[in-house]
Amino acid sequence: MSNPRILAIETSCDETAAAIVEGGKTLLSNVVASQIEIHKRFGGVVPEVASRHHVENMTAVIEETMSSAHVTYEDLDAIAVTEGPGLVGALLVGVNTAKALAYAHQRPLLPVHHIAGHIHAADLIADIKYPAMALVVSGGHTSLIYMPERGEYEVIGETRDDAVGEAYDKVARTLKLPYPGGPEIDRLAANGEVTIDFPRAWLEADSYDFSFSGLKSSVLNYIHNANQRKEEVIQENVAASFQASVVDVLVERAQRAVSAYQAQQLIVTGGVAANHALREAMGKTFPNDGDVELVIPPLSLCTDNAAMIGAAAQVVWEKDVRAGYDLNGQPGLAIK
Amino acid sequence: MTQFQLWSRSTEDTLMIGERLGHMAEAGDLFALDGDLGAGKTHFSKGLAKGLGVQAMVNSPTFTILKVYNGRLPFYHIDAYRLDEDGEEDLGLLEYMEGEGVTVVEWASILRTQLPKNRIDITLKHVDDHVRKLDVYSNHDRYEPVFKELTKR
Ligand SMILES: Nc1ncnc2c1ncn2[C@@H]1O[C@H](COP(=O)(O)OP(=O)(O)OP(=O)(O)O)[C@@H](O)[C@H]1O
Ligand SMILES: [Mg+2]
Repeated sequence: MSNPRILAIETSCDETAAAIVEGGKTLLSNVVASQIEIHKRFGGVVPEVASRHHVENMTAVIEETMSSAHVTYEDLDAIAVTEGPGLVGALLVGVNTAKALAYAHQRPLLPVHHIAGHIHAADLIADIKYPAMALVVSGGHTSLIYMPERGEYEVIGETRDDAVGEAYDKVARTLKLPYPGGPEIDRLAANGEVTIDFPRAWLEADSYDFSFSGLKSSVLNYIHNANQRKEEVIQENVAASFQASVVDVLVERAQRAVSAYQAQQLIVTGGVAANHALREAMGKTFPNDGDVELVIPPLSLCTDNAAMIGAAAQVVWEKDVRAGYDLNGQPGLAIK
Repeated sequence: MTQFQLWSRSTEDTLMIGERLGHMAEAGDLFALDGDLGAGKTHFSKGLAKGLGVQAMVNSPTFTILKVYNGRLPFYHIDAYRLDEDGEEDLGLLEYMEGEGVTVVEWASILRTQLPKNRIDITLKHVDDHVRKLDVYSNHDRYEPVFKELTKR
């Protein structure tokens, strides 16, 4: 069967999500119960409520996914779930739900890597052309992944300290902006000017790794020093200057990686791919009439969701990989 | 309880201090780190992991809260930054700290009441762009000679 209908479940971090995807391409339904509202109340902390809320949300999310796609379990060919990486307790909720459903309805169980999910979100809006390069940018991840062909992933660069989204959140907190900080900085930056020369961590000339802790420290120092000297901190300018540093590095890395590996496509994905400045800069660097096609999934497929897990599960299905009922959540799972 | 004060004059210095401690770390050892954003907790942890023989890239565990690595011993890198001060959450973190590996906790004061008593507390203070002061409280005799030596530098 080449077009299996897959129910996919994702609970690796804060979102409880389920989706039904056919043949890795067609989205029949896509439901996300976000905990952003809860996090807003607590300023972004308290993920321990995550596991509990996953449990509370799971049943309703799956029911809505099934009913809005107008399918029954008879119509499904497999159950897919994010196996890792992520928060231990959170992953387990999804894994156990998927195992129970697979067992109860005697359907194969497909283990999916969360980052493969982010990458294959691209399958839902375009045809990935190999060799392809993916830049995955989110709160917990900043990686460049080379894909010589479908189903093969090679991490060629990753962050050595903070992830991009993490740097955004930490800088936002220091500027006392509401949670989530990324969109706030993006919004402020649009009205600001690049007046401060924050550092760019270029690292070694041949490296595809990232480092954002130096930038984080530098922004903190700037704010700290300005406060001590009782100088006004123009938030818009700090945001614009910080964002300029982030975007410069991401674009340079992506551009160098794409040309060294002769990738036909660049996929930019993960929560931070929603960032306007990043989208604009990538769009300029990889124009429509250029040699390299730029694919950035829409916001709803960039942030954590299960549609992307369903798309990546198609690859797992094609490779004939099936999980047993001993499947476990793997917090530190590497992508292969 | 013995107190030490160490100075780090660069990022490399902090990495080196962590590495020295990582060389001698044994199963069940717990390092509880505090200090402001960007004080160098993650870099200290990277050094310690290196001393433990971890080959993989050690980066910030802020979002995932726990990262597990394999070195000479397992290395558990925990970050309480996103956790709730007084939540009675059961993330099972304690099981790691009392387990077979070596644990470093960033933003440890958030978990203070839940941490095992037997630990090494280190507070990193930002002095200037390159200099950090490390205040150490330890009740491990095993580390005393190294801390003494590092104090003298
Ligand atoms: N002496 C020093 N020791 C450690 N780091 C230093 C030193 N001097 C400068 N730095 C820089 O400060 C930054 C420390 O960042 P790091 O992410 O390690 O801090 P952190 O305490 O883990 O922050 P967070 O609170 O966000 O977890 C790095 O960019 C590092 O290069
Ligand atoms: Mg840190």
